Parts: sequence; C-alpha cells; structure tokens
Amino acid sequence: MEKISTICPYCGCGCGLYLHVEDNNIVGVSPLRHHPVNKGSLCVKGWNSFEFVQHPERLRYPMVKENGAFKKTSWDEVISLVAGRFSEIKEKYGPDSIALLSSAKCTNEENFVLMKFARAVLGTNNIDHCARL
Amino acid sequence: MAGLASAFGSGAMTNSIDEIDNARVLFVIGSNTTEQHPMIGMHMLDAVDKGATLIVADPRQTQIAKFAHIHLRQKSGTDVALLNGIMNVIISEGLVDINFVKRRTENFDEFEKIVSGYSPEVAEKITGVPADEIKRVARLYATEKRAMLFYSMGITQHVTGVDNVRSCANLVMLTAHIGQPMTGLNPLRGQNNVQGACDMGALPEVYSGYQKVSDAKARRKFENAWGRKLPAKPGLTLTEMFDGALNGKIRAMFVMGENPIVSDPGATHIREAVKKLDFLVVQDIFMSDTAELADVVLPAVSFAEKEGTFTNTERRVQKLRKAIRPMYGAMPDWKIIAELSKKMGYDMGYRATHEIMEEAALLTPSYGGILHHRLDDFGLQWPCPDTNHTGTPFLHRKKFTKGLGTFNPIDFVPPAESADDEYPFILTTGRIYFRYHTATMCGRTSTLKREEPECFVEINHKDAAKLGIRNNNKVRVSSRRGEIVVNALVTDKTPEGIVFIPFHFREAAVNLITNTAVDPVAKIPEFKVCAVKIVPLLPKPGMRQTVLYDKKNDIKILLDLYEESEAEYEG
Repeated sequence: MEKISTICPYCGCGCGLYLHVEDNNIVGVSPLRHHPVNKGSLCVKGWNSFEFVQHPERLRYPMVKENGAFKKTSWDEVISLVAGRFSEIKEKYGPDSIALLSSAKCTNEENFVLMKFARAVLGTNNIDHCARL
Repeated sequence: MAGLASAFGSGAMTNSIDEIDNARVLFVIGSNTTEQHPMIGMHMLDAVDKGATLIVADPRQTQIAKFAHIHLRQKSGTDVALLNGIMNVIISEGLVDINFVKRRTENFDEFEKIVSGYSPEVAEKITGVPADEIKRVARLYATEKRAMLFYSMGITQHVTGVDNVRSCANLVMLTAHIGQPMTGLNPLRGQNNVQGACDMGALPEVYSGYQKVSDAKARRKFENAWGRKLPAKPGLTLTEMFDGALNGKIRAMFVMGENPIVSDPGATHIREAVKKLDFLVVQDIFMSDTAELADVVLPAVSFAEKEGTFTNTERRVQKLRKAIRPMYGAMPDWKIIAELSKKMGYDMGYRATHEIMEEAALLTPSYGGILHHRLDDFGLQWPCPDTNHTGTPFLHRKKFTKGLGTFNPIDFVPPAESADDEYPFILTTGRIYFRYHTATMCGRTSTLKREEPECFVEINHKDAAKLGIRNNNKVRVSSRRGEIVVNALVTDKTPEGIVFIPFHFREAAVNLITNTAVDPVAKIPEFKVCAVKIVPLLPKPGMRQTVLYDKKNDIKILLDLYEESEAEYEG
C-alpha cells in the first residue's frame, strides 16, 4: 500500500492528509501528523474525503445534447464543437456575450488557465466564481 | 473581500491558523467555526483550554457559541450596529490605541462622528444585545493584547456585507489588534481553494494578485506576456451574468466545477436564465443540476487524480499530489481548457501544472517565490515575493498593503427584507457539519449521508408551539419568491422569530426562496436574511406521509398523505 500526501478537498482549512492507495484504488485516509493546520486530526468530512472519488456515477466520457438527450462523444469531437461554437458566438455577438464561471474547488493552476483563456483567447473579463457564496 | 481591500489594501486572513492556540481573546462573529472549519475550531478550543476568553456573536446558538464565555445574540442583519456600539464604548472609555491610530491610519475623525451616535443603549435597541454585555465585550477585547477577530459568511452574506467587513476592520485598527502574531482580523474562507481562485484572478475586475484590469500598466504586463490585446473594462459578476443571460446580453457560458442552480439565490431565476443561453458547457466530475441543462458536458477529474496547488484560508499554498490515474475517460480541467485554447488558435503550450505555476509566479508579485518544488514542506504562505523568501505568517507588520489603514464611517442600514405580518419569520441559511455546499461530493459518501439524510428547518420551541408544530412535522416554508416543504426541527438553538435551513439539499433547495438582493459593492447575495412564513402540514388522523426514494436520481419525493393502519399512527 502506498501513502500519498495531499490536501483535503472540502473546506478552507486546507488540512494535510494521506490517501492510501492500492492497485490504483483509494482504500483509506490518514491525517498528516505534523501539519500546522490539522496536527494529526481530521474532521468527519476529511476522514471520508475519498469515498466520492471512485463513485460509479462519475462522468465517464464527454457528452453532447441532441434532441434533449445526452449522447456520448469523443474528446476530439467535443473540443472541436465547443471551440467552433465559442468562435461563432464571439464573432456574431462580440466577446462580452460569453461568460465563464471558474471554481473554488479547482486548483490555482486551473483557475489561472481559465482566467487566461477568458481574457487572452475569448477576449472578455466576464469571469467569476462562487467566492461570494 | 472588497471591504478589507478598502481598509487595508488586501483581503485575506492576517494571521496563521496555528497562532490561534496562543491568543488570549477570540472574538468570533458570524462564523459557526466548529462546524464549518472544524480544524480551526479545534485550535480555538485549544486556546480556550489554555485560558483564552471566547466571545461569539451569532443569533443562533451554534456549537461554538455553546463553548463561549460570552454569547451575544444580535438580531440578524444588525452587525454594524453591534460593532459600532462596541467601538463607541472603546472610544468613550479611552481604550483606543492612539499611537497606532495616529501613526498608521487615516480618516479617524469622520469615523468617530458616526460612531458617537451609537451608545451601547442605542445599539441595544437595534440589536437586542444588552448594553452591559456590549460594554463588557468592548473592555475585554480592547484591553487584551493578543486578541483575534474572526468572521465568515454570517458577516458577508448580507446586503450590507461590505459595511460589516469594514466595521470589523475599524474595530481592529481602533485597538491596534493587527500586524502582530496572534493578533488580527481573520476572514474564514469557505471553499478549499476560494482564496486561490481569487488570488489567481478568477474575478471580473482583476488579474492574478489583484492587479486591476483597468490599470494600463498591469494590463500591458499581461498583454506582453500573453501576446494578445486584453479588454480594459471590468467584466460581469456571477449574479450579473445570469441577469445578462435573461436579457439576452450573455449568449454562451462555460462553467467549470460549479453548480449555480443549487448554490445561488433565486434558483428559479437562474434556471430560467440558463435555459435562455444559446450554448452552455459544464465541466464537472458528476452530473449536477446545472450540467443537466448543458449542451455539452465534459468529465473532469477529482482532487485525487491531478496535480496542482490549493491556497487555504491562511494564504498557505499547498501541493496536491496525484494518487490514482484519472477515472474512466476524464481529463484534468487545465488540460481541457488548454486543448480548447489550442483549437481556437492559441497554443498555451503547457506540459505540466508546474509550468503554469511558473508563469503565474512571474506575473503575480505575491506569488513570486511560489514554485512547485518549494512547496514540499507544508507549502508557503503568500506574500512570498521571490525564491529566497520563506513566506509570511502574518500580514501588515510595519504598514498596511495600501500604506495607511482607512477608517470607514459606517451607519447601520436594516436588511433588504424584514419580517412583517404576512411573512413573520426571518430565514437564515448556512451549512451543517456533515454536509458540504451543494452535496455533489458528500451526497455520494454514505457515511456522511446517513448522518443528516434530509433537509430540516430549525424553529424555536415557542414559535413552534404557537403554530402547533411538533418536532419532525412537515412544514411549508414560503417567501415572496418560492416555497419548499421540509421537516421541522424544534429547538432552542434558533431564537424566536428566526428560522434556519441548511442549503445543501437539492430536493429541498432553500435557494428557491432566498433573497436575490445583493451588496452594492461586493455583489454578495443576502443569504442570511429573508422574510418567510411557515405553515404546518399536519397529518390527518389515520393518515401518514410517505417518502418515496428515487434511487437513480437520488431524490426523495414526498407523496400525498397515504392511509395507514391505526395501530401505526402515533401522531
């Protein structure tokens, strides 16, 4: 069994925890003993923070809605479709007709990249996330 | 954050979490810390064990309030009056740190004029907190050297959210409780990376590091780095985006890992807005209510399957490590966006997340020394301007980020909605220990789900008696915007005239009824105050309510009252 040191995904405390991994499966959690925030403790959410990761309801493939129902598609196709539609809408209604919601659940890197995508590629400052909620 | 920025120049927790243990006075206002930030709550209780005095201001008797030496139960939405009352006592009893006020702040005279109108007696009338208690708290807080003030969504989710925050800032400046270890003003941020999302510029008016898009110099820097012309006009905030979608200004949206239909106020309004869009893309790990309405759904990976960094509420940037390979056909969010960008003719060229952080560090002064390889031992706290810097445990040591700290004179403004004859209760919303946000994650964790499987409304036992409501009765809670049916939880945790509903449950989404009024500056919705009425749905004798559980969609459906045998009926 391997122990991977990482950060709890729930609240703003940012507790350090180990994910216990066996054959690409997460089988358990334990707290980091000397972490300055949680000092060897975890709350009920932290102790159970891995259960949802390998939940069978996880989205498995990109999907496109056709006639009201979702249809499976490939990454190549879906990227072309989204890029095409965004370009079209930007062309027709201007860059400020597109808005982006980033996420306080995503990493710094992901937020930075989405912010760059909004501003440099789409050309709009319409980007926000749920900080206010 | 807008409130703190106007007072100090930057919005973040000024201290570190492990400083809490050695503080002498902890003043917690509008934060249910032991339930919302359990590990910070643990540090607070450690401090209490070491002899610190704990003061909690909250209308509800939350778990942390039960541990408090003094519990102020102000009326919902009267925080400004309470804080002004406390500051009035500090000024009139000569407890102001005059040296600090003269040397490091400005605009004191203007501020004093306003506060002089809030004697403890006036504050008592508005807040319902006895004048003697206000005096006691003022003396305790002002005379102790190591005093920390904490606040959270109970302060910010009001139409006066920014005013509330500025009042907190006034209080710490008045008593010089800032710029030292174990002494400061500490907003506790909710989501694991809400601090980081703000720091990285996922906001309409700033780039990373709070550099303004309207500032030509900052814009030029980013234009040079990215090789594209950038727009100068600040963009729309989340609430404005949905208004824009309704009136046709916004035609397309890209949503990364959020579920605004459950988390945002006026859910019906948002659902309509989303339906009006020409094109909606949602990127998430599960099929959320928002994703159901999308044209395209992209499967992303969870925290365990990717690398990157999170910034916690004490500004600590920490490394996330990949534990398992991505599930099924999912891709990390950054890769999806980079692919999309490439297809649209702009190749970002990142090979791994540490390269993104290198670029962010170059463009963001406070993250200048934050590179992945430096984060191995419990991360670094920003500001960390260069690669020799070891991080900053507490802020504003010698001067504030903006130079002098500014006192903001603030008058009490009542909440957007108040109780009246038709809607006699004030509804406040929040979180509970076993649940998290819209429950996309914890709703799929059996251990957490079994603890609080159903939504409830907390109501005071006196109010319940008046309405003939008994514990676990079904009640209908309605506001001017909508209604939901939930179980009543009769308690003395919530004072008379106030009811509380957690917002985690999609089957009883409280945001169907919350007020969409927002703070004029920060655009935070007023989740904490909304007028409602409550009608008990009493089971008829010999009848019983049945709840059907739709397993596939994870929804509980309340069926009409069904006939039951008499023996089983005990109501």
